[in-house]
Amino acid sequence: MAERPEDLNLPNAVITRIIKEALPDGVNVSKEARRAISQAASVFVLYATSCANNFAMKAKRKTLNAGDVLAAMEEMEFERFLEPLREALEVYKKGQKGKKEVSEQKRKDKEKKADSENDKSREDEEEEEEERMEEEPEAENEAEEEEVEN
Amino acid sequence: IKNKKNISLPISRVRLIMKSSPDVSSINQDALFLTTKATELFVQHLAMSSFNNGAGKETNSLSYSDLAHTAEETETFHFLTDILPKKILARDYLKSLEQMQEEDADF
Repeated sequence: MAERPEDLNLPNAVITRIIKEALPDGVNVSKEARRAISQAASVFVLYATSCANNFAMKAKRKTLNAGDVLAAMEEMEFERFLEPLREALEVYKKGQKGKKEVSEQKRKDKEKKADSENDKSREDEEEEEEERMEEEPEAENEAEEEEVEN
Repeated sequence: IKNKKNISLPISRVRLIMKSSPDVSSINQDALFLTTKATELFVQHLAMSSFNNGAGKETNSLSYSDLAHTAEETETFHFLTDILPKKILARDYLKSLEQMQEEDADF
């Protein structure tokens, strides 16, 4: 499973956009600076992963979880990221839940037509879905584990 | 103004980089998301710090040397000093080499 060097880089267009949005309008960013920031970002991912992995290993877990990443940020002295990260994670989780509800809803609409009935059963579904959400990532990762062994 | 999409960087690419790290078996969805988001925050933070602390601010620009300078000056960016080394002009380097040779010759 060979990785080409380019694959470990992040897309230039997106990096450039993030830089532009962070700086005041009209700042001229050299191509060299952009490339350097992109490389720095890749190094950041590696450093953060390694750090997070240490926390996972200490807890005798094979799967990196959200807590490990947050602990890594603190370890790396990027406490300033913690709050925005937690907020973003909330939004993300709700979005994931919403997506499931939409597809569940579509399925149910085919079976039933009454709206009021759907509102009631959606509440019950939410609890089930929370459990399912936790299971799914693990299932995906188990597939990944097989990949690594190969 | 907030983006409708929570993140811009592709999660799949971040995942690739994470998997290249030794000893990492698997990564759950939330961890993957957080790392991607953190990387975006990092890019913003690095760009802003380098601009604010750099010589380029006077000319409203951000150059490589601003980044190298920030990596050296700011502790949280020390892990970047290997990939963001300060550069010197070739002729300055050759000059300092010559000086070193002259000093040796005196002995």
